[in-house]
Amino acid sequence: MDDVKRKYVLPGDVITTGPYRAEDNVHLFGDKMIATAVGISEVFDSGVRVIPLTGIYIPRIDDFIIGKVKSHTSLSWELDINSCYPGILPAQDVFGRDFNPKTHELTSRLKAGDLVAARVANFDRSRDPLITVGDRDLGKIEDGDLIKISPSKVPRLIGKRGSMIQTIENATKAMITIGQNGYVVVSSENPEGLLKALDAIKMVEEQAHVPNLTEKIQEMLGSNSE
Amino acid sequence: MGVKKTDIVLLDDKGIRCDGRKINEPRRIMIKAGVLKNANGSAYIEFGENKILAGVFGPRDVHPKHLANTDRGILRCRYHMQPFSVSERKNPAPSRREIEISKVIKEALEPAVMLENFPRTVVDVFIEILQADGGSRCAALDAAAVALADAGIPMRDMVSACAAGKVADTIVLDINNEEDQEGQADMPVAYMPNLEKVTLIQLDGVLTPQEYEKCVTTAVEGCKLVYEVQKNALREKFFGDNAA
Repeated sequence: MDDVKRKYVLPGDVITTGPYRAEDNVHLFGDKMIATAVGISEVFDSGVRVIPLTGIYIPRIDDFIIGKVKSHTSLSWELDINSCYPGILPAQDVFGRDFNPKTHELTSRLKAGDLVAARVANFDRSRDPLITVGDRDLGKIEDGDLIKISPSKVPRLIGKRGSMIQTIENATKAMITIGQNGYVVVSSENPEGLLKALDAIKMVEEQAHVPNLTEKIQEMLGSNSE
Repeated sequence: MGVKKTDIVLLDDKGIRCDGRKINEPRRIMIKAGVLKNANGSAYIEFGENKILAGVFGPRDVHPKHLANTDRGILRCRYHMQPFSVSERKNPAPSRREIEISKVIKEALEPAVMLENFPRTVVDVFIEILQADGGSRCAALDAAAVALADAGIPMRDMVSACAAGKVADTIVLDINNEEDQEGQADMPVAYMPNLEKVTLIQLDGVLTPQEYEKCVTTAVEGCKLVYEVQKNALREKFFGDNAA
């Protein structure tokens, strides 16, 4: 990974020319690889991509996300998943195979405003993302505060092998669930710890591009607890 | 305002224009990206005496639903002048001129925005003219392009716009309000600097083929100057001191 070349790019900037594969947020024009978003470009062995610093969440199959229930029809719930498309959670997924719209009331399980930990089961250009909760650790989130961050900052909040999030969790004793769509749920029995964790998450979002951020967060949490 | 038309010297014998600029000198341009908290992307521009705010929402659900396109997203633009933006109070209702400018701005941005990535959605661009001087459509376009980039909407290239025109039989860059009123021609041009493509060209006035060519070249040079300011605005917001 040492030979990865990184630089800051803006839309329209030519990242490189040559026989590369255009990956995320890169547009091929003639033989030029052009960035289509503000971000950090990465040129590796065969491909070029741009990690965006802003933008909305584009669902991908198997992503772990957090959704907020917006409304429901007789067969499914509609979730706000911080994307340009609403997430569709089929009622059968929650009630099981014997789901019957005549006898089952959807609001008995999930109602508007509820938070759900879920996974993207299916998505393509022609349909809205299909969401599932049929897996371990998925389903309704009973308590916690929802905080929205930019989806592009999620990897920074998690940190290398979870270092950043562990730092925050250990220092504040809060439990943090991060969805890849930029929705984060923080729960803690201690209100002070909750506030500290929320502050730390906001700080990560604001300073995502700053080096040695984990140390800064440690310092901030350490100084706050004194 | 109190000055008779005949009092204005558009170009003196030393080649200095009525506001003290040289022939190829643009007005002062200042752009700031990300000025609004509630919009997905935003920008504020001061282009001479123009003061313009642009906000972008989207991609998001289309309302009314029948406007949605199943194979690509749509772009909507609203160019609006505040009642206090001009010396005589303007009716806040959309005028014919505002509707036209909204349309040309939309068409100038469309080639740059990769709407095919977001079928069934809409990108809304709202432009508020807080203070108007000549060339507000170009300045509005410059702010809108920065706001779109700030919102993270995929774009093939930035769009930079600048006008050129003919005053006192001379082709000049970036004509101001007086030159627009009293001059012989006005040509707003929007340009994608990296792809080297023009996305908007309008002409009000009469030019010879040679003058036309010179006018386009001059306007494109102006667009390139604007592009540098746009880039700096985005760099400052996103990369801060770490900008390469």
